[in-house]
Amino acid sequence: MPEHAIEIEGLRKTYGEVEALRGIDLEVESGTVLGLLGPNGAGKTTAVRILTTLLPPTAGSARVLGLDVVRDAAKLRSQIGLAGQYAAVDENLTGFENLEMVGRLYHLGRKRSRERADLLLERFDLAEAGDRLAKTYSGGMRRRLDLAAALVARPPVLFLDEPTTGLDPRSRIGLWEVIEARVAQGSTVLLTTQYLDEADRLADRIAVIDNGSLIAEGTSDELKQRVGGERIELKLERGEQCGAALSALTELAADAPWSEDGVVIVPVHEHKGAIAEAVRKLDAEAIEIDDIAVRRPTLDDVFLTLTGKPPEPEQDGDAEGQQTGEHEEVGVR
Amino acid sequence: MTARYAISDTLILAMRALRRIPRNPELLTSYTVQPIMFTLLFVYVFGGAIQTPGYDNYADFLIPGIIVQQMSFGGFATALGLVDDLKKGLVDRFRSLPMSRMAVLTGRTLSDIAMNALALTVMVIVGYIVGFSFSTSPGEVIGGIALCLLIGYAFSWVFAFIGLTASSPEAANAYGFTILFPLTFVSSAFVPVDSMPDWLQPIAEHNPFTNMVNAVRALFVGTPAGNQIWLAIVWSLAITFGFGLAAVGRYRHAVGR
Repeated sequence: MPEHAIEIEGLRKTYGEVEALRGIDLEVESGTVLGLLGPNGAGKTTAVRILTTLLPPTAGSARVLGLDVVRDAAKLRSQIGLAGQYAAVDENLTGFENLEMVGRLYHLGRKRSRERADLLLERFDLAEAGDRLAKTYSGGMRRRLDLAAALVARPPVLFLDEPTTGLDPRSRIGLWEVIEARVAQGSTVLLTTQYLDEADRLADRIAVIDNGSLIAEGTSDELKQRVGGERIELKLERGEQCGAALSALTELAADAPWSEDGVVIVPVHEHKGAIAEAVRKLDAEAIEIDDIAVRRPTLDDVFLTLTGKPPEPEQDGDAEGQQTGEHEEVGVR
Repeated sequence: MTARYAISDTLILAMRALRRIPRNPELLTSYTVQPIMFTLLFVYVFGGAIQTPGYDNYADFLIPGIIVQQMSFGGFATALGLVDDLKKGLVDRFRSLPMSRMAVLTGRTLSDIAMNALALTVMVIVGYIVGFSFSTSPGEVIGGIALCLLIGYAFSWVFAFIGLTASSPEAANAYGFTILFPLTFVSSAFVPVDSMPDWLQPIAEHNPFTNMVNAVRALFVGTPAGNQIWLAIVWSLAITFGFGLAAVGRYRHAVGR
């Protein structure tokens, strides 16, 4: 396996006047998870569709496992698995029939396709529902079946396009565990999401795209560093003591402290020791503390700083996907 | 991609399309109850009013015509199926697999042949009950059945094109019926063409659907064939290739975005 499972160079995609991707460069190391994070319409789905050979790029190139997504498309398709936003399972087939069909279309042969179908139904907690039509499945079950379909041929590279959008919290965590288990076995995963906690939990590295451009790339910690380190937030018993507290704490702050709505905010290099120090200093000045907390930047902060707008977890689907919100309907039966 | 995979992938997807029929009773109805109903309505409601000189009874005239009409509508399952596959993202899944890309279309249209064979069997049985009978040699009857299925296959590609063009199942239905109703009714399927108004007769006469009905009638009840059988075959092949190419073009267009 090459060092980089996915290599993207100057990737562009335009639809008439609209630029969906404006020249993206990105590499994903083999055996790692890349989280592609971005708001609706950022170009995440377009990128996945190009990488999975569904869509030709307008310019630039992309290779997966060293295979060009355009020239070597036919060869590449046996090496990848795709689970999309819309839970692409055939509702008129049973769970077992869905997986068996996908196995046979990967040309695994009838016997092996059936073995894989049984195994995956078992592993994805669908064994009992395996003989039921997929149209009777809940949203979470459909997503699991969709993900299982992507894994039928044990592809070394997996593309997951918003795998948990529209799922309830329990189903999300279940799906995360399945993805983590898969990564532990050495798969390379590219995952798009608009959920920051999802990227934080699953991804080794995160690439933030907005408006078709890559605006940041790094580990979760590196990205958080970019919006600043940790800070201590203090709520005082008596609001009028804010000024006194600020001057008392200036010495231990990494940067000038400030106050907001009666809360004193003190940026620190390292929160260890800083809390005790802050309490001692305020105690010495007879300033009483109502509440004290250490706050680390979240990916939400990162997102907001980098894109200038908060993430939009309420809306489903990228704008470039034609059926925005479509899966909501199938998701909640 | 070898030809062997193209065939096996087509069979796998044809099997998939067939599995959904018994699981959707309304679909099964269109291939069984509906043709029975139409046959009975025409024989008993209109039959008494329609003069068909030269035929033993109206059923002998009607059955070949109504069978060909049913064949031409049989492909609507392909249209609905394709609309659904595009909408639900299944086409994306298939296109990301190392399978024959055309199998998505060839599998569907192949499954229509099986369903048309079912409908044809049902209609022949009902036909016999209402007074129809084959009056040709077994070879001609088999040839007629093969021609019916060929006609059905040709129209499956029309429906494949419609399914890939329409934005919803409702739109696919509307397009399909708007095109096929005039085509099948302004023909020799239900009434003799010379009973129509003068201005309509040449249209009906040159309607390819009339050629198809006349050809099947010749093979089932022994009316003079003339050049009708050859015309029916040529039309069926022309529609298959024409709409086959158009459907493949639409398919590339529909997914290439």
